Amino acid sequence: MSFQRVLPGQIDYIGTANYSRVFNPTFYTALQNTTIYVILTVIILTALPLIFAVFLNNRLMKFTNFFRAAIFIPALTSVIVAGTIFRMIFGDSDTAIANQFLTFIGLSPIEWRYGAASGMFLMVVLASWRWMGVNILYFLAALQNVNNDLYEAADIDGANVWQKFRHVTFPAIKPVVIFLSTITTINGFRMFEESFVFWETSSPGNIGLTVVGYIYQEGIQRNDMGFGAAVGIVLLIIIFIVSIIQLYLTGAFKKGD
Amino acid sequence: MEKALKEKIISGLLLVLFMFVAFVALFPVISLVVASLSPASDLMRYGLSAELFLSAFDFQNYTAIFGAEGGAYWQWYLNSIIISAVLIVLSLFFSSMVGYALALYEFKGKRLVFLLVLLILMIPFEILMLPLFRMMTSFGLVDSYLAVMLPLIVAPIAVFFFRQYSLGLPKELMESARVDGCTEYGIFFRIMAPLMLPSFAAMAILQGLTSWNNFLWPLLVLRSNDIFTLPIGLATLLTPYGNNYQILFSGSVLSIIPIIILFLFFQRFFIAGLTTGGVKG
Repeated sequence: MSFQRVLPGQIDYIGTANYSRVFNPTFYTALQNTTIYVILTVIILTALPLIFAVFLNNRLMKFTNFFRAAIFIPALTSVIVAGTIFRMIFGDSDTAIANQFLTFIGLSPIEWRYGAASGMFLMVVLASWRWMGVNILYFLAALQNVNNDLYEAADIDGANVWQKFRHVTFPAIKPVVIFLSTITTINGFRMFEESFVFWETSSPGNIGLTVVGYIYQEGIQRNDMGFGAAVGIVLLIIIFIVSIIQLYLTGAFKKGD
Repeated sequence: MEKALKEKIISGLLLVLFMFVAFVALFPVISLVVASLSPASDLMRYGLSAELFLSAFDFQNYTAIFGAEGGAYWQWYLNSIIISAVLIVLSLFFSSMVGYALALYEFKGKRLVFLLVLLILMIPFEILMLPLFRMMTSFGLVDSYLAVMLPLIVAPIAVFFFRQYSLGLPKELMESARVDGCTEYGIFFRIMAPLMLPSFAAMAILQGLTSWNNFLWPLLVLRSNDIFTLPIGLATLLTPYGNNYQILFSGSVLSIIPIIILFLFFQRFFIAGLTTGGVKG
């Protein structure tokens, strides 16, 4: 399909013409937005849940079940519902909650949905809010499987809290870290909905345009399916390369790990 | 410092930290409920913005849904329920059989099938959506329940999950059932499926959640107002021009309820389920 021009009732083979059109400024904008989004969400959605899960798993922690449930609830909301709420909280007016908070700490209010940086912030915050709890659950489940004898051995050797984390906890849950960072990367490249709830399909200066959003625009709205398919294939190749690099760097291919 | 005192301080600090985290997690949901219970005039007073506290208690938004204006909304609700229910049942039925067969039977091309499942698992749905959309157009299925459901009936993630789970089932049971003259279907439905109940529960939540909140694909294939699912319908209320905020807020609150019920019902199995599918990846 990516080698075709698709018109209603008529399909022509046009070779690689679609591909030579893919690399245009709009595509680069979409790719840049998506890449920044991927990097931010991978950092936030791997590191923070790991820290929270380790804290929640501490034997001194109380009401664990309550906190677990509370943190997981956002994952049950649909992105439309969540986006509606976030549009209210980060409303444009000075009286929206986020802007009241900014005023309170001495900053000036922001029109969140109209700036590149604040727009990216909105998408990342929305995704982080929804998926934090799920990732915490993954880490908690993995932490259950860490062998307690190892901690006792570490205690006898006089290891401090950080050393215990570094040498006992982390190696044991490393597979989950790799799994979650890979999944988050792929989900990040697939992102469409977080952008859609804030701007539908057209954002000012394309600040919210993602690669999938671009596929949607070209393939569905402009009815240029062959071109949309070509963008899709390029995206697939990018995801594939990034995943391989990521798995290689994190040592998932090493034997015996 | 005394050890007991030190532990008390740490425990207190952790508690404060997580009260804050839980507050951040719950705050948007709370503010949605507050918005749904506020009079429309309050919501729009300074342009649309969330309020921390209820200034006046008002069921107006809910009466709007339960009144004549809610007609379209309940149609979307019904559509979502039908689609999700059918998808949960069908995808559990087919995926469990495929996964079970991949784990416990020897047949030609088994490795190839499994490899294909993994491959499809790695290709994001978004990349397949245009070809799939074209297929739906040529089948003449656009704007029907079937178009929403068809591509999602066999979920590779569920197949993979059921395979991993089936690997742990006792093979001896199959042998002894065969000796007793049980058919292969009988073995699956009468003996193995009951053993796989926890995995069914976990997948029911996952598929239910995915299907209930699914957005991009229904957005593509659904065209007319009376066949929209909830997320698509709610999204149409989210225009800068419409005055449908009333139904949007109360409707959003009500839209979360079935998924919370599903979750509470199967919750115990869900966490166990997450790890069986995930950690091995």
